[in-house]
Amino acid sequence: MAVITPGAPVPAASVRRGRRRPGERVIEGFLVLAAVVSIATTIGIVVSLLFPTVEFFGEVSIIEFVTGTQWTPLFSIKQYGVLPLLVGTLWVTLIATVIAVPLGIGAAIYLSEYARPGTRKLLKPILEVLAGIPTVVYGFFALTFLNPLLIDLWPSDDKPEFQNLLVAGIAMGIMIVPTVASLAEDAMSAVPQSLREGAYALASTKMQVATRVVVPGALSGIVAAIVLGVSRALGETMIVTIAAGLKTDGIPWSPIDGAATMTSFIAGAAQGDLPVDSLDYLTIFAVGTTLFLFTFALNALSIRLVRKFREVYE
Amino acid sequence: MSDPNRKAPDVTDTVSSTRPAPPPVALVNPANRNEGAPRGDDEQVLRLEDVNIFYGDYQAVRGVDMTIGRHQITALIGPSGCGKSTVLRSLNRMNDLIPGARVAGRVTYHGEDLYAREVDPIEVRRRIGMVFQKPNPFPKSIYDNIAYGPRVTGMRVSNMDELVEKALRRAALWDEVKDKRKQSALALSGGQQQRLCIARTIAVSPEVILMDEPCSALDPIATSKIEDLMFELSRDYTIVIVTHNMQQAARVSHRTAFFTAEVDEQGERHGRLIEYDTTNKIFTNPAQKRTEEYITGRFG
Repeated sequence: MAVITPGAPVPAASVRRGRRRPGERVIEGFLVLAAVVSIATTIGIVVSLLFPTVEFFGEVSIIEFVTGTQWTPLFSIKQYGVLPLLVGTLWVTLIATVIAVPLGIGAAIYLSEYARPGTRKLLKPILEVLAGIPTVVYGFFALTFLNPLLIDLWPSDDKPEFQNLLVAGIAMGIMIVPTVASLAEDAMSAVPQSLREGAYALASTKMQVATRVVVPGALSGIVAAIVLGVSRALGETMIVTIAAGLKTDGIPWSPIDGAATMTSFIAGAAQGDLPVDSLDYLTIFAVGTTLFLFTFALNALSIRLVRKFREVYE
Repeated sequence: MSDPNRKAPDVTDTVSSTRPAPPPVALVNPANRNEGAPRGDDEQVLRLEDVNIFYGDYQAVRGVDMTIGRHQITALIGPSGCGKSTVLRSLNRMNDLIPGARVAGRVTYHGEDLYAREVDPIEVRRRIGMVFQKPNPFPKSIYDNIAYGPRVTGMRVSNMDELVEKALRRAALWDEVKDKRKQSALALSGGQQQRLCIARTIAVSPEVILMDEPCSALDPIATSKIEDLMFELSRDYTIVIVTHNMQQAARVSHRTAFFTAEVDEQGERHGRLIEYDTTNKIFTNPAQKRTEEYITGRFG
């Protein structure tokens, strides 16, 4: 590089490309690779699901798959109706959502609007640690603690089964509360303080500030928190395998029935000695594709909702 | 707070005063703006007696005594850190929101101690509204911004559309936004947002409007619109404004309080009220040397 005397005009040549900067290239290459790997993995998963699924539907009609009310591929009389698994999944997800949304958002409002700074500093990390408890622990918590309690307290004689969807849904709801609460709290804390002051100056109570200004202002983040919680519930496997059982021979009309979900069926079937390329083996992929479609739809919905509710503060 | 003689200002009343309109603000020599005695009746709305304000152990403001007259614009001026905003926020208990903030001494509103235990700060803020330094419209429609106050305070409003229109007209914003009331308030310009915040404050019919440097984030044209508006509003409302801009204080206010920070024996800085008089007196013939130095730009 040319020596530049202080005060002297900079020579025109100094803006020309002189030295190469190889480090830039290396870093850019690494970043591209990181992006490509994750995209390639996604494509690989879709492809590896797709081919066995197509093969499966070569032998089983889609109509039977979608409308059949029994899922017994591993029994002697084989039936391929996915509805029992679907209904089981929906029950558990619904129950988990019903529990986790009010609790999670309530906790978030408390932490963001009511708790003193010291209390918040203490509680938030605890909440986040809770999110790290392994799901197998929640499964046994549901089976050995929640379910006996539920059966004891059950008001009618029609008691819940030893393994049932309700208790799995409750445990799963408890499991996703910290996720929902923590993310929703982040969104609420990001609402500018000036909006709270404006609301207080208009004679709002604390509750009005929280429900009419902070929650609407943080709606996009709150929706994202809920969707993330719901998709965790949808894909959760361990709790349902342990606490809801693996029954698949009929649609579970009531949540106190024991039944498999899509995920727990896959986990259960994959443990067995299914010969590769048998129809039984292909069922795993057909169910996997169905599950994938659900999570994919949920994510697409969440992206739309988040965009719709996004508020841009200058 | 239930003095039957005191007429609450009415948003639905657009031309409520027979006083002559004030001269155009920008053309008036600041020093001649408020000749003679301040207008409006001399009734005191707010009174501060030996007010000391603390943030935790730190005393931000020391020994302030002043009264604020009805339908006057009172300006609080002074250099940064002199406690003027702190004093302003003590008038509608906004300081309550800051952990550790504490007010000693008496702040009375029509004779009633604002810090007495039985006083409801929500009710205080319904009567004493506030406009902030940075425009802070809610991320809602223009309409919902105005309707927010009446809704949360449970005002019985027979016709919300009408109330919204009156408030927007009163804040000189109607002509600019009448066709986009349902659009987001965040799409407005800074000056329009600030007038929206004023309209929003008016919509709950307060008696007093506190303004904390309401023009400091605005350009000169928007500033001049807000100043015209303040003057117009002072027919019906009592206004207390904090400003860094001395010309602004001179242009709009009837009375001016000059604050500055003093260092005490322990080396701690406290805001103090140095001089409080008619704006005319403060800007033409201040009694205190420090006031004169500040307004002539020699410090601060």
